[in-house]
Amino acid sequence: MAVGLPENIFITKLDAAANWARSNSLWPMPFATACCGIELMATAASRHDLARFGAEVMRFSPRQCDLLIVAGRVVMKMLPVLQRIWLQMPEPKWCISMGACACSGGVFDTYAVVQGIDRFIPVDMYVPGCPPRPEQLLQAVMDMQAKVRRTGTVMGREFAIRDMPAGPAPFDSDERYRIEDTRLVQLGGFSAAATSAGRGATQG
Amino acid sequence: MTDGRVPAGVSDGLLVWPLSMPLTPVDTLETASAEREYVWTLNFGPQHPATHTTLRLVLTLDGEKVLNAVPYIGYLHSGFEKLGEHLDFNQYVTIVDRMNYLSPLANEIAWHHTVEKLLGIELTPRCKYLRTILAELMRMHDHLLNLGTTALDLGGFTAFLYFFQQREHIYDIVELASGQRFHTSYTRVGGVLFDVNTDWINRVRKFIREFPKVYDEVDRLLTKNRIFVDRTKGIGYLSREEVINFSAVGPVARASGVERDLRRDEPYLAYADLDFDVICSRGGDCYARYLVRMQELLESLKIIEQAVENIPGGPVNIGVESDMVLPSKPSVYRSIEGLIQHFEVIMPNRGYDVPREQIYAATESPNGELGFYIVGNAETRAYRARTRPPSLIHFSMFPHMIRNHQLSDVVAVLGSINIIAAELDR
Amino acid sequence: MVCLTELQQKFGSQIVESHFRDNRRIDVPASTLLPLLTSLKTDYGFSMLVDLTAVDWLEYDGATDRFSVIYLLLNMDSGERLAVRVPVNLPEAVLPSVYGLWRGADWMEREVWDMFGISFSGHPDLRRILMPEEFDAFPLRKDYPLKGRGERHNFPVITRSGS
Ligand code: SF4
Repeated sequence: MAVGLPENIFITKLDAAANWARSNSLWPMPFATACCGIELMATAASRHDLARFGAEVMRFSPRQCDLLIVAGRVVMKMLPVLQRIWLQMPEPKWCISMGACACSGGVFDTYAVVQGIDRFIPVDMYVPGCPPRPEQLLQAVMDMQAKVRRTGTVMGREFAIRDMPAGPAPFDSDERYRIEDTRLVQLGGFSAAATSAGRGATQG
Repeated sequence: MTDGRVPAGVSDGLLVWPLSMPLTPVDTLETASAEREYVWTLNFGPQHPATHTTLRLVLTLDGEKVLNAVPYIGYLHSGFEKLGEHLDFNQYVTIVDRMNYLSPLANEIAWHHTVEKLLGIELTPRCKYLRTILAELMRMHDHLLNLGTTALDLGGFTAFLYFFQQREHIYDIVELASGQRFHTSYTRVGGVLFDVNTDWINRVRKFIREFPKVYDEVDRLLTKNRIFVDRTKGIGYLSREEVINFSAVGPVARASGVERDLRRDEPYLAYADLDFDVICSRGGDCYARYLVRMQELLESLKIIEQAVENIPGGPVNIGVESDMVLPSKPSVYRSIEGLIQHFEVIMPNRGYDVPREQIYAATESPNGELGFYIVGNAETRAYRARTRPPSLIHFSMFPHMIRNHQLSDVVAVLGSINIIAAELDR
Repeated sequence: MVCLTELQQKFGSQIVESHFRDNRRIDVPASTLLPLLTSLKTDYGFSMLVDLTAVDWLEYDGATDRFSVIYLLLNMDSGERLAVRVPVNLPEAVLPSVYGLWRGADWMEREVWDMFGISFSGHPDLRRILMPEEFDAFPLRKDYPLKGRGERHNFPVITRSGS
C-alpha cells in the first residue's frame, strides 16, 4: 500500500469485481421437469444443502434468475417453453444441463424426446448421470462459479463471441438418413401420415 | 406465455418457428369468457413451482374464484410405452423406474409382478419378503415427499426438510441394496439383482427405530396446525361415488371412503402373511388425504418391521433351470454349463418361452393401482406394454375438484392428489 | 360372477370367453359393445372402469384385426375383474364412447385416440392429449418408427450471442 490509499480501499479490475460478485450470488432457476428435479430438490434440502455455496435462492420466475438448471428430459411439447424461459432471463445468464436426458436424451431415444437441449439453447455446463448425485450438482455449481470468475467480463464479451450452437445440428446425419428412409417406405406403402414426415424432412 | 408469438431473437430467416407448437389456444374458454367480460384466464404452468413437475392448467377466474380449470398434459410425454415394445423384460425395468420417480422401486415391482404372472413364475419366499420390504419403503418414500412438498406449498418449510432427511435414509438403504440411490433397476425376472446382507437388515432396523421420532415431530407441526388445517379442510371434496366413477384407486380413493387396497384384496408378494390395516377416511377432502397418507406411513413401518423380522433364508432368485435368471458368477467363470446359461439369458436372439397371451396385473403402488397390460409374442420383450397410471386418473378429476374454490386452493389440491408428470404422460 | 350364457342370450352368440391365469376376458363385436357394457355396469355391478387401452396387431402373427380395444372392468363390491375386448379395423376405426357410463373414460379415450387414432363417437371433447395438436401421426401404431420422423427436432436454434 505504498501508493497511500486510505484503509479499506482496494484497486482491482472492473471485470474481476463483477465476476466476484456474480459468481457468489448465482440465483438458480430450476427448470425441473422429471426425475432429475427430485435430485435437484435433494440438493437443496437438508443433507446436501446447496445454501453452503451461495446458490440456494431458487426463484421460479426467469426474470429474477441468472442460472438456468435444466433438470430432466425436455420433450417436443416442452422445448418452446424452455426456449422462452431462456430468452426471458436477463443477462448475464448461464445454463447447466443436468442429467443424461438434458445432455443427450439419455435412455429415451424416442419420437418425443429432444436429444439434448444444447441443440436448441446454449449450455455452459453438463452434469452427467441418471440422475446425477447431489454431490455432482454441487460440484457443477462450484465449477460454474469458477468459470464465471475465470472468463466473465462486465460487458458480456465472452457471450457475444459464442455465435454457434452449443450442440450438434438438430438434424444430424443419422437423423436425416432415418427420415429419408421412413419417407421412402411411406411413398411405397401406406400414406396415412406422409405429410408429417415431409414436414420433418424439409427442415433438415 | 399463451400467445405462440415468435420471441425476439429467433426470427433469423433460416429458421421456421414451429407452428406455435405447444400452446394451442383454448377455444372452449374463449366462448365462456366472451359472455362474461370480468372473467379472466390464468395460465398455470407448465413451469410452475407448485406443480413440481410439468403440467399446465388454464384457469378461468372470477376474481379469486376458479370457475373452470382445463388441464393440458403431455409436457413430459417421452414414449415409454413405445420403448416397452423395443426393450426386453429386464431392460424395460430401467424405463419403468423413471415413471413414478418418487418411488422407482415400486414401479419395478409392479412391472415384474405382471411379467412374472405372464410367464407363470412363483417367486422364492425370500424374494417375496424382500420385495415387500422395498415396496413399503417406497410407499414411505413417496408419501414423505408428497407430504413434505404439500406442506412446502402451503407455507411450511420445516416439515419438508424433516421429511427429506428421512428420505435420504431410505436412499441410503436402497443404495446399499442395489448400488444406485435413485433409479435402482433392482428387480429382475424371477428375482432381484443381488441378495441383501445382514448389514442391510440392520440398516432397515435402524430406520424403523428412528423414523417415529421424526414422524411425531412433523405430526405435531402439521396435523393440528391452524393454517394447514384451514387451507386443506373442506377443499377439493370428492364423494365415494365420484371417486369410483372416475376410476381412482389408492390413497385418494381411500380418503373418500372406498375400502379397497390391492394388498389386502388381491394379496401379492408376502402381504397375505403380514398383519396391517387398510387406512380409510370418510372426509374426502385434502385434509383427509393428508391424514390417510400420514397413517399409511405408520402402517408401512409396521409392515416393514414384520417383514424384516421374518424374512426367510434361502435363495433370492428362482432356480437357474428355469432359463430365466442369470447363474451365479462363480459358475459362469468355472463351468461351461454356467457360461452357456449366461449367454442364453443375455443374448437377444435366445431367451425363454413366453406365452402368446395377454395379461393384466396390478399392484398397490404408493399412488394407487399401478397395473400393466402386457401382450406376449413368443419373444422376451412385450408386444405391447400398457401402463395404467394412477396419476392420469387422479389428474382427470382435478377440474371437478377445483371448481368454485379459491385460486390459492389450487396448490393444496394439486399437492393432495400427488401428480407425477412422468407417470401422467409416460 | 357374470354368467356367459346369460350374456350370450342377451347379446348374441358372438361373445366368446377365455381365461389366462386369473384374468377372465370376453371378446365382443363392436356392434354390441355399448349395450353390453351398459348392462355390465347396471346389472352386474361393474362400477369401475379400471383401464381402457388398445393394441395394434399389425406385426402379430396370425392376427385378423388391426386393433383391439380393451376395457378392464372391476366390480367394487365383489372385487371381480373382467376384460372386454373388442376388435376395431381401419379405415373407419370408431367405437361408441363410454364416457356416459364412466367419467374416468374421458382421458383414457383421448389417449387411445392420440396414440392409435381410434376415435370414439359421442365423446364430448376428443382432442389430442399427450402429443401437440399439430402432430399428425399416431405414435403407438406399429408402423410409426420408435425414433419418430424428425418431429422432435423441428425447432429453431438459439445461440448464445443471439439471446
Ligand atoms: S437423466 Fe435420468 S434421472 Fe434425469 S431426467 Fe433423465 S431419466 Fe430422469
